[in-house]
Amino acid sequence: MSQLPALIPTLPILAALLSLLVGLRSLRGGYLVALAGTFAAFVASVLGIWEVTTSGQPIRYAVSGWVPPIGIEFVLDHLAAYMATLITGIGVLVLMYAPRSIRHESPGKATFTYPSMALLVAGLAGMSVTGDLFNLYVFLEIAALAAYALLATGDRAGPFATLRYLLIGAIGGGFYLLGVAFIYFSVGSINMADVAVRLPDLVESPSIMSGAVLMVVGLALKMGLFPMHFWMPDVYTNAPSSSAGLIAPIMTKVSAYAIVRLMLDVFPPGYFTEAIPIAATIGWISAAGILFGSILAIGQQDYRRMLAYSSVGQIAYVGLGIGLANPIGLIGGLLHMVNHALMKGLLFLIGGAIRWRTGLVRIPDMLGLGRKMPWTMYAFVIAVLAMVGIPPTAGFFSKVYLMIGAVQADAWVWFAVIIISSLLSGIYFFRMVEYVFKDAQEQNAAADDSATGGVTARELEGAVAGEVPASMFIPIAILSAAVILVGVFNFFIVRALLEPAVAPLVGG
Amino acid sequence: MDGFLDLAPILAILASAVAAVVVPLTGEKRRNLRETWTIIAAVVKFSLIAMMIPGVLAGERYGMDLLEIAPGIGLSFRVDPAGLLFATSASFLWILTSFYAFGYMRGAKEAKQSRFFSMLAVCLSATIGLCFSGNILTFVLFYEILSVATYPLVIHSGSKKAYEIGRQYLIYALGAGMSLVAGLTAIYAVTGTLEFQPGGFLDAEMGTGFLWLVFILFAIGFGMKAGVIPLQSWLPNAMIAPTPVSALLHAVAVVKAGVFGFVRLVGYMFGPELFAEIGAATVLAIFAAVTILVASLIAITKDDLKARLAYSTVGHLSYIVLGIAILAPQAMLGAAFHMITHAAMKITLFFCAGAIYVHTKKTKVSQLDGIGRQMPLTMAAFGVGAVGLAGVPLVGGFVSKWYLGVGALDAGLSIYLWVFLLSGLLNAAYLVPIVTRAFLRSSPDHTRFNEASPLMVVPIAITMLFALLLGIHPDGVFRFFSLAEAIVASVTGVTFTGGI
Repeated sequence: MSQLPALIPTLPILAALLSLLVGLRSLRGGYLVALAGTFAAFVASVLGIWEVTTSGQPIRYAVSGWVPPIGIEFVLDHLAAYMATLITGIGVLVLMYAPRSIRHESPGKATFTYPSMALLVAGLAGMSVTGDLFNLYVFLEIAALAAYALLATGDRAGPFATLRYLLIGAIGGGFYLLGVAFIYFSVGSINMADVAVRLPDLVESPSIMSGAVLMVVGLALKMGLFPMHFWMPDVYTNAPSSSAGLIAPIMTKVSAYAIVRLMLDVFPPGYFTEAIPIAATIGWISAAGILFGSILAIGQQDYRRMLAYSSVGQIAYVGLGIGLANPIGLIGGLLHMVNHALMKGLLFLIGGAIRWRTGLVRIPDMLGLGRKMPWTMYAFVIAVLAMVGIPPTAGFFSKVYLMIGAVQADAWVWFAVIIISSLLSGIYFFRMVEYVFKDAQEQNAAADDSATGGVTARELEGAVAGEVPASMFIPIAILSAAVILVGVFNFFIVRALLEPAVAPLVGG
Repeated sequence: MDGFLDLAPILAILASAVAAVVVPLTGEKRRNLRETWTIIAAVVKFSLIAMMIPGVLAGERYGMDLLEIAPGIGLSFRVDPAGLLFATSASFLWILTSFYAFGYMRGAKEAKQSRFFSMLAVCLSATIGLCFSGNILTFVLFYEILSVATYPLVIHSGSKKAYEIGRQYLIYALGAGMSLVAGLTAIYAVTGTLEFQPGGFLDAEMGTGFLWLVFILFAIGFGMKAGVIPLQSWLPNAMIAPTPVSALLHAVAVVKAGVFGFVRLVGYMFGPELFAEIGAATVLAIFAAVTILVASLIAITKDDLKARLAYSTVGHLSYIVLGIAILAPQAMLGAAFHMITHAAMKITLFFCAGAIYVHTKKTKVSQLDGIGRQMPLTMAAFGVGAVGLAGVPLVGGFVSKWYLGVGALDAGLSIYLWVFLLSGLLNAAYLVPIVTRAFLRSSPDHTRFNEASPLMVVPIAITMLFALLLGIHPDGVFRFFSLAEAIVASVTGVTFTGGI
């Protein structure tokens, strides 16, 4: 069991390499290798949760047997196990979904897509379990390269949109690396646990402060926090549905996770709130981002663009949790990572299903879709209820925790921001629900299959009752169920994983 | 038996939730079987709820906490007199509404009937859920489900106008829901508890500013569903839904959920003393009194029958709110009992309006000349409901209004007695002429006796009898009067001897 922390990132890395080799000969074989590797990592993550919660202790693993402060260390604690399970779980579901969708949207690029997906999962999972500041940068770049590859395979505008993302990503990564260098030169170590032990003596040091600011700014850039979100709408709009469905739910969250990790486990308690006001700054930027994203989402006609702006707002909820920096607020932010990953993953996969079945991406064209693909649209309603925050779906509870945290911190402006943005997301999502369930008799002609480039009748054979094929629908169904179950049983997650994770705040 | 009754509230909620799933699966093709599921669920639900009445009156508080859904806050179910009073009336009327709706939906050849009955069942689950909620979080959870589940019923006709109204409804409902969520998080952050306590759990040490914030947030959240002016405008519009929805949801379940919220707010969160001390009682009473008078005046001007009834509902909901805000034990008793009597009388009136529409396609008051000759049973029931709402003795409305008026005098707020009396006259002014028109005028359209389907007439007769019985022997039906007394006793400590 002590190898679990290492298995979580290495299994999908190996799968990615092998998948490419196999995939050049047999596409199907390559796909299965990528899926198997990701699934194995998911199993390892779930086992990790089991181990960590039963023993109450993190599992540490020294790479190649080098003793930690010198060698690289992987640490699987409550928070890491939580993130790794989320990342690998979404990875498995999207990989299940991907083949049909890719064949429809970006044919011919599948050979490289599956290894890239596995590599992305590996990079993000590695960021979660690493116990080393520099190693985190390495995994961050692995994940970023895989993401660029996945996003650029989309529409004609995809590569250019991705280039902008790449530039921001490179700048963010550069800031972070520079920050790590500052820490290394002042502390003489880049192992997180080791740095945490040595830092309290050096809190006054300006180079530590600079290091902290640089690292957080770099990660905030990667997180896509307003106003550095501008790459997001174009990228998600032009990416293949399965790529967006994989990247939108988890990619930005892991950078947020890294900030939380620095705040909780590397820097001394209170450093981000008292010594330098990083947390509050992130909180205010996030509050602005929540409003900005929600308001811009209202005007969008393209489904994927609407989701992208909604993501700009939603990732900022996590930022708000960081800004609150009290236990319940941070729990709300961390819980929102999972909640939003499930909801947004679900929405992107539904978008892909609509596109597969009808070729539609613009909301005004989707009139009366409820008649054509009712089950997919029921799943859509569940996702919408969660996005708006209707109980007992997942989205409700993270907002409640954040609001309680806001009251406790006397942050009434943030409190109001959460309320306003919930109402705004109600407007743009329910507008669409109304639309898809309207009878389309009058305007049906425009939305006919043949006219808009959906699948042909021959391809449609084997699909579930006029819906999408099982391989696409099952992930949608699983995510819909998860949105409700995670809501109802959210407190199990909070008690088992998140309360221990935020314990440093309680102690401080 | 007691162990079973602890489960009863949860089973009662699940009964209609199961129906909500089974009904659409059975589908339109086997509609008799589908209708059977609804009836089974309604009867099971009502029986489970009625079984708890004797125990609760004897002081038992059935219920249990399921799982924890937030730190220290469980999904908590507690059956107390207040919740049981509302739950009994809603679940009893669901049985009648179901039969009535079969007649109505088939008679009017409405589309999407499976969705209709399924969503109605969800609404009932949510209503019973909020009745039996032991804490604010559970309450809000069901309140929100109720808001969302009503939406497909409001847009049922699928017309452009229905969607517009649906949009307005959603904006109101989501806004109200967010207001409640904001209120509950504020309370939790300060007190760490959300448990309803008879007599309240908030106290003056929390600061007047904070208490006012809580009051305003909850008053917006509840006032929207209870149609308190200025949050009433969605309610008359929502009458675009099929009449069974107007009858059960927009005269009983949904709107009274808002009123019930005020009962919880005043009796179980603030407590009467604190509510009076910070001055919130006066503010709430003024809003309610204005609503009563303005709504009654608007009702007179409406020619559309359902619109007239809707404004009448707006007014009568505020009777209950005003009774609560007066805070005197007698007024609270009247308010609690008015929840039941108004439900009985108003559902009768809506049932009649729907029967008239399905049978003759008439929707306007001015078209009803002489209809008493064609549909005498329906119009007689309408007459009972009408005079009852005006406050004539022997119908339930008299009893509740009597206590409301006595309570106003007790509290030294005689102005509200005048509000009740004036509004009673206005009630008579907008309802009684409908009956006199129907029977005293004549019209070539309505000469022969030709009643609506028995599926509609029988439920109308039963709700009419229900309204009459409440007036003749208030404690005779499901011990509603004793339950109302028990509410007042638990909130204020005042017990009444002997009842009526």
